[in-house]
Amino acid sequence: MNPLAMLGRFATTRADSAGFVCDLLLRTALYLPRLRRRFRFLLDTAFNAGVRSLPVTMVVAAFAGAILAMQTGIELRRFGDTAVLGTITALSMCREMGPFITGVILAATVGSSIAAELGTMQVSDEIAALEVMSVDPVDYLVLPRVVALAIMCPLLTVLSDLIGIYGGSVIAEHNLGVSPTLYWISAREALTSSGMLLPKEVYVGLLKAFVFGIAIATVSCAAGLRASGGALGVGLAVQTAVRNSVILIIVLGFIVTWFFYFLGG
Amino acid sequence: MIELHDVHKRLGTRQILAGMTLRVPKGMNFVLMGPSGSGKSVTLKHVIGILKPDQGSVQVDGQEVPTMSRTQLMTLRKRMGYLFQNGALINWLSVADNVGLPLREHARLPKSELDDRVQQVLRLVKLDHAAAQFPPSISGGMKLRAGLARALVTNPEYVLYDEPNAGLDPIISHQIHELIAQVRDDLGVTGLIVTHSRACATHCGDRIGILEEGRLAIEGTVDEMVRSDHPLARAFLGGGSD
Repeated sequence: MNPLAMLGRFATTRADSAGFVCDLLLRTALYLPRLRRRFRFLLDTAFNAGVRSLPVTMVVAAFAGAILAMQTGIELRRFGDTAVLGTITALSMCREMGPFITGVILAATVGSSIAAELGTMQVSDEIAALEVMSVDPVDYLVLPRVVALAIMCPLLTVLSDLIGIYGGSVIAEHNLGVSPTLYWISAREALTSSGMLLPKEVYVGLLKAFVFGIAIATVSCAAGLRASGGALGVGLAVQTAVRNSVILIIVLGFIVTWFFYFLGG
Repeated sequence: MIELHDVHKRLGTRQILAGMTLRVPKGMNFVLMGPSGSGKSVTLKHVIGILKPDQGSVQVDGQEVPTMSRTQLMTLRKRMGYLFQNGALINWLSVADNVGLPLREHARLPKSELDDRVQQVLRLVKLDHAAAQFPPSISGGMKLRAGLARALVTNPEYVLYDEPNAGLDPIISHQIHELIAQVRDDLGVTGLIVTHSRACATHCGDRIGILEEGRLAIEGTVDEMVRSDHPLARAFLGGGSD
């Protein structure tokens, strides 16, 4: 096959998928005033998202905080400056690691489940059935899922941040000889030292989590709604949802960081 | 009235419809038969606007379906019911909630009135005992009957039936056929029925059309078709069929 034609087809497919996701997000936003009608589904989805991802989030966040403290602590010890370990761990968890870990876990657990659920509905004509009943699947299925993840991702991120900082404290005390009091004072000061209620790092981290939640839900719903071809199609939809969500988490994380720390000053 | 004129549709590499022309007058049940993959279900999906033709015209009451805006399409669909092959019920809703879904979404009815209407159609399809059950726990036949109840709950002017007796035993099939005929006779509902079943075609239909290679090969009243010597009519409506 002509390589140019292949490239063209690849670009067209990707542009079509990206367009579908953007259109889906826009249409979801337009249905926001109808959210009250979907409140029950919203609560169900939020609860499921929380329950399904909470244990994994706790374990991964604890170890991520521990690894962060360990790696940073090794270098700080060389300079005799382990007193700032709490500061570095707290800020790194809140700014980057917490939202990133939570986003990836949500993509793997909830995003995959959303894609599988909607994909199965698509291949078994349930989505078509909604359409012929004049029920827009975006309103009925996508809206509650997007809003639920937009709420749950920041909430889980707060938990992830706290557990990660705690994981760091364990390593600081047992492996690096930093007293818990010093670690926690240092961490607390880092999180309360600005003029605002909380430092910029926390707000930026929560904003990231909010954006990640929306991105994961939208991309996963889009993958499910575009599934075709039976069980194989559902499997591919799940794969697409997780892959695209993780890529978006990294890209959007970069954009938000760049915007707040390099563009915005 | 439902009218298709010279409709062509290609899905992937396959030409599904190739010059499909069809006319279903109001108050009539039109039965579409034909070999698997001949475009029967695709025809239904064109009528309700899920698929758009590559070429040709699809009209309902003189309105061109493929060029309708989303809002116009939704308005049209509120006047139509659609029975999918497997019922296409939402798995996490009970049978009653599935049946009441179109009413909850569109009709501003008090809850008691809505519940009454749901019970009424569930009784019609003899499924009132299963109202609280969920789709994964009921049989294929029950799913189909629940799907039919959902298609009828809004009192539609048109109902499109996609294999209304697929997977049903002869007794339940007969009940469904009776029901489809009753819906036409008592409620004046226009039906477009896709089936492979001779019993369904002869019991529910006023006219029968048989598709071959993406277009109607033969069409006529039930009597004409049963007596026809056309090979397709013999194959689908002859004594040995069904």
